[in-house]
Order: sequence, then structure tokens, then C-alpha cells
Amino acid sequence: MTSVWRFVSNALCRITGRKVAAPTVSELLVDLSEFIRLTSPAVPDPAETWLQSHKQPPPSSTPPSLAPPVCTDEASAGLVSSMTESQLENPGSTVVVSNSLNEFTTRASFDIKKCDLHGLEAGPPLKTELSRDEGLRFYRTMQVMRRMELKADQLYKQKIIRGFCHLYDGQEACAAGVEAAIDPSDHLITAYRAHGYTYTRGVSVREILAELTGRRGGVAKGKGGSMHMYAPNFYGGNGIVGAQVPLGAGIALACKYQGNNQICVTLYGDGAANQGQIFEAFNMAALWKLPCLFICENNKYGMGTSVERASASTDYYKRGHFMPGIRVDGMDVLCVREATKFAADHCRTGKGPIIMELQTYRYHGHSMSDPGVSYRTREEIQEVRSKNDPISLLKERMLSSNMASVEEFKEIDIEIRKEVEDATQFATSDSEPPLEELCNHIFSNNPPLQVRGTHPWAKLKSSS
Amino acid sequence: MTSQNPTFYPAEDRVKMAASLRCFLRSGKNAVSALRRQAFHGSAPAAVQVTVRDALNQAMDEELERDERVFLLGEEVAQYDGAYKVSRGLWKKYGDKRIIDTPISEMGFAGIAVGSAMAGLRPICEFMTFNFSMQAIDQVINSAAKTYYMSAGLQAVPIVFRGPNGSSAGVAAQHSQCFAAWYSHCPGLKVVSPWNSEDAKGLLKAAIRDDNPVVFLENELMYGVAFEMSEETQSKDFTIPIGKAKIERQGNHVTLVSHSRYVGHCLDAAAVLAKEGIECEVINMRTIRPMDVETIETSVMKTNHLVTVEGGWPQFGVGAEICARIMEGPAFNYLDSPVTRVTGVDIPMPYAKILEDHSVPQIKDIIFSVKKTLNV
Repeated sequence: MTSVWRFVSNALCRITGRKVAAPTVSELLVDLSEFIRLTSPAVPDPAETWLQSHKQPPPSSTPPSLAPPVCTDEASAGLVSSMTESQLENPGSTVVVSNSLNEFTTRASFDIKKCDLHGLEAGPPLKTELSRDEGLRFYRTMQVMRRMELKADQLYKQKIIRGFCHLYDGQEACAAGVEAAIDPSDHLITAYRAHGYTYTRGVSVREILAELTGRRGGVAKGKGGSMHMYAPNFYGGNGIVGAQVPLGAGIALACKYQGNNQICVTLYGDGAANQGQIFEAFNMAALWKLPCLFICENNKYGMGTSVERASASTDYYKRGHFMPGIRVDGMDVLCVREATKFAADHCRTGKGPIIMELQTYRYHGHSMSDPGVSYRTREEIQEVRSKNDPISLLKERMLSSNMASVEEFKEIDIEIRKEVEDATQFATSDSEPPLEELCNHIFSNNPPLQVRGTHPWAKLKSSS
Repeated sequence: MTSQNPTFYPAEDRVKMAASLRCFLRSGKNAVSALRRQAFHGSAPAAVQVTVRDALNQAMDEELERDERVFLLGEEVAQYDGAYKVSRGLWKKYGDKRIIDTPISEMGFAGIAVGSAMAGLRPICEFMTFNFSMQAIDQVINSAAKTYYMSAGLQAVPIVFRGPNGSSAGVAAQHSQCFAAWYSHCPGLKVVSPWNSEDAKGLLKAAIRDDNPVVFLENELMYGVAFEMSEETQSKDFTIPIGKAKIERQGNHVTLVSHSRYVGHCLDAAAVLAKEGIECEVINMRTIRPMDVETIETSVMKTNHLVTVEGGWPQFGVGAEICARIMEGPAFNYLDSPVTRVTGVDIPMPYAKILEDHSVPQIKDIIFSVKKTLNV
């Protein structure tokens, strides 16, 4: 391209909303003609005709314009660019709804990866729709988790957080996608890499960070720590590998018993997949048709051991044997959402339990004591970060479908940064739990009892 | 798995530092033994500072070398060099056959270990912490401990179950339990709880050479602590007899009995009390089962006062057993006051630092208890 062409093309980018300059002369001319059209007054909605001639018919109808299109550059440009973008750069997406009054596409349909199936005739759909609001909410949720985990990393290195700290960054799409497909009245239980789920299940960043720093404002009053955070219908946070799986089946039993049409999402990792107790749980859940959605978050490493070195079969979605299973791209939040919807429906309609394997990745080591590079290469980590990051994937999808702007994402980032900073401020300045709390919560609903301290003269009190 | 390094150097640097430190220690040892060979003229034997971690590592290394049938299995013991680096370098030296990484399947691999012991091998089965041994406890008790008895001597189970026991720092309730009382309850098991590097090395070697199932309770907070190891303790044949306690400090006024990390606390408390003219006799139990009651009784018959110190919970604990044994034996008549137990607080371990600090015996608790027992 000549430099003049590039100059003109780049200038038009701003107007047409393209990410890169028009690569061919014909497209440049198209952009120029759009520019002229846009800057001319009182155009009788030509965008609609352009729309019709350039894309497949939308499943839902385009709302009629209520007034002649406002001829500001951005308004109509956004409309036009969504077409050029989606057709030329993102063949896997289609604009479903474009309101010529708004800047952005409000709804788009995306192709998602096909899931591998085990014991099932059909699986989740290959296309999903995302609204602008949903997309921004996903982005927000995942970015909060990301920033919260990075803040926890920082605080741990400053020794403000102690003990165990297992970080979730890289796996955000799993927590966000799962939560989007279930109801708050459904139940969820996971293992120790739990900060993400604690957030998606409704605990604020403030309460999570304050729990990590061991303060009275923490969700468990500072008594639980990283692996023991709870919330209504969220059963932690469990430190013993695999123990949460029979617990989850038990929660599902309670749901069936009480006939409340709720399900229990029971998460475990690729390392826990070799625990005997989960096979016991699988057997009973299938035998009794419990509404239990088992999810294996396969991040390829159980502490320092890769899946190949730990498991005779790494097809974790097949390990339920007699239980149906699906293997899902866990880095794509839309894929996770669709798969979870499919699986939750399976459970809710009385078909019994089902396994979902989410293929995902953790950027940090197993815990803060593990640098995470003695059993995998930095190159591998970098590759996932650059090619497969769940937040970037969503962001790029939304940008290229013109569902949001770069500035908008930046604003959200700034808001989130502030939220996390405020939470950190609270978590580092709140006071530690009072000593009177030491012996409380041994028994539930129990008269106060005396507790032996470190010697016979230390008679401590426990009031439930 | 608490952070072991105060600063966070990049991983490769840390691995290199660890390797060079290991070389340094090894070469230091070689230099020392070279010097020793030349030092004919009655000069003091060269002692070396060795961490508990390295003492355990040396014990396993020496026993792996000595006996082909010895092997180590557990989570992350091989390629990761051990979750707490206790088995560092062993996989590199001995390979896949002798150092085996297992999946996260405690019940399964503990059973596999016991089975291999029945068929002629001498396994060291590592639990990443003894909290996870609860997953496998049936294999430890029913398959390992009871078998020699049930078979009337036909089937021995020469196995060592080892790993960190008790509380660490900030690891919360599910990762802080002490299992000394649980395992010591069962006949057929030997239960060992070392304190310093000498204990760690001598007792682990003895445990591996013992033909019976031995539960070897280490302590994560002690791994990085260095102690002086005398020339004698550096020998490849140095073992400490299982079932024998050691008097770490002589005294006349009160007997302090403890095991594992709290032996150090007792010695610290004794130093403070000595300034006030109270001389404590500190006994390091070393073995919980079979318990060396005679050493405790002899001491009590001298001092007339007894304080037990442990990290575990009070009810049915090690201290409770000591109290019962003293009452049943000759030393009871020598007591001038009831035995005092200093124990962990009877609660699940909280996470917050201030609560955790108040959940375990502190040196001031030992000092307070001694004074109360002596009525001073």
C-alpha cells in the first residue's frame, strides 16, 4: 500500500470503526463512499439496505428505526463497521441485532467449539448468542477475578497473606461461564482453588481479601483462610483433595430428597480425578440419579505432576464410565456457559448425573510456594497467555463484533482496579479477629461450653 | 506448603542455589571428614550444622544405598524433589524404580506400599502431610499394624509411613492436625516423633531398618532448622534405638516431657526458668509408641513434679497417656502435685495469625504451668 493510501485508509478507520486499514482498493473506495454518505445530511436509512445485502437474515428481526438515523460519524459508523468487521474478519460471528440508534451491536451470535461427547447422542449447540450486556458482565466478572488473584499474589509476597494460597488466574472462564448457566438457588462446591467461585457465588472482593489477610471482616471472620470460604449455596473451599466430590453428591441427594429442582455443581481437578472417593460418588450418584453436575477442571497439572504422569487415561470426561460426559473448551466463557446449560438441563430433567471436563490452564504455580516452572516451560505459559487467554478471547470477540469499544473496556478496567484497591485497603487495615472468637463455632445451636486452653488453668469459653 | 524462601528469586536461580548449597554441604562434609582423618592428635571432632530436612534426606539416601529393597513412594517425591524438598536429589540419583511419584490416591498407594512390604520390599511411604493419611488410615492400621499379629508371625510388614505432622503456619484447620495420639493408640505400630537433626537421621534410619510398620511424624516448621551434628551422628551406621527417650537437659525441680517441635520450646522455657533458679529436666520422648516410661518415671522420682508439653489436642492425647502411666507406676508416690498437661487448645486450628498463635502452646504457657505446678 502506498503511504497516501495508508494515510487515507487510517483516517477512515476512525470513522468506519475498522481495526486495520482497508487492505484493498475496492474496500478503500467502499469506506470512502461510506464516509461521504455518513457526512451527508438526511440519508433515508441506507444502512438497512446495506445490511440486508451483506449478511444472512437474522433469527430475530431488526427493530425498525424510529427516527431517521442521526448522522454523527460514530453512530452510523458503528452500524456499518459491524458488518465489515463481522463478515471479513470474524466469519464465526454474526450480528443479530443492530440498533441504528445505538453505537454498538446489542446482540451477536458466535460459533463455539464442538464438545467431545461420551455416552451422549447430542451435545451443546455449536452457536451461541451473546448480548452486549451479558458480554460486558462476563468481562467484568472475569477481570475482577483476574485482578483479585493478582492482588492476592502481591499480598502473599508481602507476607500479608500466609499459609496456602492457590490462585485461579487463567481459569476465569470456568467460574464465570458456570455461574451464568445456573441459578443462585443451585448449589456449588469446589476444592481449594476457590477464590474465583467464592466471588461468582456472591462474596465481595473485600470479604475475600480480608479473609485471606485473616481479619475479622473476612467472609469466615478470619478463621478459615484461603481454602475455607463459604456463602449461601456455596460449600467452599475444601482442603482435602477429592473430599468435596462425595460432599457434592450429598448436596445433590438433599436436592432430590427435598424436590426443589435444584442441582449441585461439584468441581474437582485433574489431580483429584484419581481419588477413589470420586468413583464411589459417581457410582452412587448414577445409581440414585442424583442431580449432580460433576465438573473436572483440567488445568493439565496436579501440583507438579502433569496429567500424563498421573492418569492412565487423561480423558477425564470419560472417567465416569457409565455416566455421560462432555469435554469443553474451558478458556471460552461462551462454550462453558452453553455446556453448563446443557449439562444442568440434563440433571434437572431427572436423567441423573453428568460429567463436564473443562480444559483450562493456570498461570500461577500450584500455590504461592510453587514457582510453577520446574515442571512446565515459561514458553508454554506465555503461549497460553497470548493465544488463549479467556479475558482476551472475549474482549476480541466483542470488539470485532463492535459490541463495545476499547475505551469502554479501559473504563471497566479502571473501575475494577479501584474496587480491588479499595478492597485491599480494607483487607490490610481491618483488625484481626478478637481473642474472644477463638473458641466460638465449635458446635452449632449449643449452650455455651468451657474449652480447655493450652493448660488446665486456661478455661476458655465457647458461645456458639 | 508454606513459603520456604523469604525472598522470591526466580525459580531457576533458587534451584541453582539449592543445588549449590547442597554441593557445599556435601563438600563441606567431605572436607570435614578429610580433616578428621588427618586429625589424629585428640583435637575435638568436627561437628557440622545440618538442617532437619537434610538429615532426613541423608538418612533416606544412606538407607537406599545400603539396601536394594528400600524405595520411596508418594506425591511429588521424585521429579518435584519433594513437596517440602525432603527427598531432593534422590530421584536424580536412584531413578524411577526406587523413587516413585504417585497420583493423588492416598488410600491406593498406601495399600500398594503395604502390599509391596508384604512381598519382600521395604517401602518408605510418604504422606504429603499426615492430614492426608486419614484417607489411607485403614491401610495403615488394618493392613499394616495388625497383620503380624493376625498371621501369628507369618507375615511381617516392614514399612515406614513418614511425613509432616501437626501444625504449620497459617494452613488452617484441615492441614494442622497432630496424629501422634491417633496412631499411638494402636498396637502393632511403632510411632516415632523426632525433634532435631540427630533425632531425624538416627530415628529414620532405625525406622527403615525396623521390620515393623513405623509411623514417622516429622514437623514442617522444623525442616529448615539447623542443628549441630556430631561426628558420630554423621556416620552411615548411626541409628537411634526406637523406644528410648533422651534427656536433653538435666534438672532437679521439675520434669518437662515433650516430643517434636515442643522439645525446643521446653528448652527455651527451661533457660528462662533457670534464671529464676528453677532447674528443669527436659526429656525428649523421641518415640511415642512404645513409650519409654522408665526414663520419665526415673526423672519424676527425682524431681517430684511433671509437666507434659505437646502440640496436639488434650483429650486422649500423649500427655493424657503419660498421666495415666505415671499413676499406674511407682512414680506416682513421688509426685508433690498433679501432673500438668500443656497442649494445643481444644479447637480446630483457626487461620488468622493472632488466633493461631493462641491455639498452640507458647513458651510463656510452659513457664506459667511450671510455676503453677511448683506452686511458686
